[in-house]
Amino acid sequence: MNAAARQQALAAALLQRAPLWQQAEERTQRLARGRTENAADALQLADDYRLLAHDVARARTLLPRSRTREYLEHVYAGVHSSLNHGDWRLGSTLRELFRDDIPAAIVWLRPYILWATLIFVLAALAGYALVHRFPELIALFASPDLIASVEHGRLWTEGLLNVVPSSVLSIQILANNIVVSLLAYCAGFLFGLGTLYILGLNGLMLGAVFAFVSAHGLGDELFGFIVAHGCVELSVMCLSGAAGAAVGEALIRPGEQGRAAAFHSAALRSGEVLIACAVLLVGAGLIEGYVSPDPRFGLPARVAIGVSYWLFMLALLSGRLLRWRRPRAPATLDAARAA
Amino acid sequence: MSEVAPGLAVDSVTGIDVSLPLAGAGARSYAFIVDWHIRLVLGLAWFVSGALLYNGRLSLNPPLTNEARWFGTVVAPALAIYFLYHYVLEVAMHGSTPGKRMAQVRLVTRDGGVPGIGPLLVRNVFRLVDSLPVFYGLGLTLVVLTRDNVRCGDMAAGTLLVYAQAAPSLALTTRHAAGSLGTLEAGAAELVAELLARWPTLMPAARAQLARQLLARHGAAAADLAGLDEQGLRARLEHLAQPRGGAPA
Repeated sequence: MNAAARQQALAAALLQRAPLWQQAEERTQRLARGRTENAADALQLADDYRLLAHDVARARTLLPRSRTREYLEHVYAGVHSSLNHGDWRLGSTLRELFRDDIPAAIVWLRPYILWATLIFVLAALAGYALVHRFPELIALFASPDLIASVEHGRLWTEGLLNVVPSSVLSIQILANNIVVSLLAYCAGFLFGLGTLYILGLNGLMLGAVFAFVSAHGLGDELFGFIVAHGCVELSVMCLSGAAGAAVGEALIRPGEQGRAAAFHSAALRSGEVLIACAVLLVGAGLIEGYVSPDPRFGLPARVAIGVSYWLFMLALLSGRLLRWRRPRAPATLDAARAA
Repeated sequence: MSEVAPGLAVDSVTGIDVSLPLAGAGARSYAFIVDWHIRLVLGLAWFVSGALLYNGRLSLNPPLTNEARWFGTVVAPALAIYFLYHYVLEVAMHGSTPGKRMAQVRLVTRDGGVPGIGPLLVRNVFRLVDSLPVFYGLGLTLVVLTRDNVRCGDMAAGTLLVYAQAAPSLALTTRHAAGSLGTLEAGAAELVAELLARWPTLMPAARAQLARQLLARHGAAAADLAGLDEQGLRARLEHLAQPRGGAPA
């Protein structure tokens, strides 16, 4: 048999395996659509993968410019994708995220959190000092309505519930805060400068407004308004700033892994914290809509709510909130076997 | 054979790499525009039907006072549909959306797998950056300039957009081609088999022309072919596709 005839004989033998490829394709489609719970089907897919890899290699040699090779590559890629399918059970994924992944990310972000908090506090102090020394500069940080309201001796938050219902106020606030938080994170893409700007600007505004209302004798009232929701809201601002700073540093100092890989790694890892931030901001928004503007809540109640929610945040971010329910591992191998 | 788009070769445990054709700016834009229309129409449909039901008459006007029920049942869900469309659907449809399905593209990780919830959320959060300054200017620029046609969100999440077009139907080609490989080389056998399989669906003039071209390529004299009608051409093709001396084992 000459070489050409041998080649054709091998190609024909390969094409006779087509029914096996079609079965593999159908199995992949069933598994991808979640239409089967059959364990044997899933196990068979691993065998399909080996078979297809073998046949793809042969097709690339024997039939390099053929539809058969295209088809095989397509089925092979589909099986590969199915086998590399992550865990898609939403409940267990979220539980794992809040129990293990977010606490680990927080530990990794610790230096960034410290720096972000420091920048925010320094900016707030700078804003306070600036407006305390030059009160007219408040026009740079606050709206004319806010300034006029404070100059008339009352906070802009007074009677807020007469204008906007709590539910509407909550949704508006939490949506706005989540967007600001996401922006602080994404702005890290600008080599961290965007994050620095958002943290600094928010700190300056907070300090400036506090200095302005304090000058008009309304500092305690503003503290009373902020304390219930602000403890978590401001902490989340620092957290998302820290996440953005981590992204920025990965771009500035990528290390040995390269800029793209460092950016991907930092964005994905710190991005997990953003999910916790969004959840916490929903709670803070509800407090800001229902508790903070409501005069029926006295200062002690507001402080208690603010501190309790802040402790809840710590428990959530450290993973303790979910970890205490985790079943304890058997102490020994024998105990595990007995169980 | 069709031209293959620039692709990504993913290593696999079998040692045989997986080839994934990357989608470019065109396919991305097409998918986005389809999705944008869907979310706009759905959001507007919710708002209009909600407002009509709320008002109890043919009016879309909001109530004069700032009512929570109006905001909660009419405005907020419509905004949620518009703004959370990609977040929710990409997670629910495992990295796809109706627009991506129409554009025949899908999201994969760099190892060719299906992205998890975290990467999908991060990818969508970075739309805030990609959409700058207007109309996804930064995102599109990055797609055009980067080797793997990725936008900022994809870089952050480690995802890629690849074509997921349907493969050529194997039933059309392989069964016949396997038999005729004794006389033809693989590509030609596939063409003959495909033409025979599609024979009833082609226009008579077109299938006769294709048959003449194929037969001429495999040694038939033009003078012989000129006198053949459709049935004759088909018979010659079937003869060409038949194995000589039996299919090899």
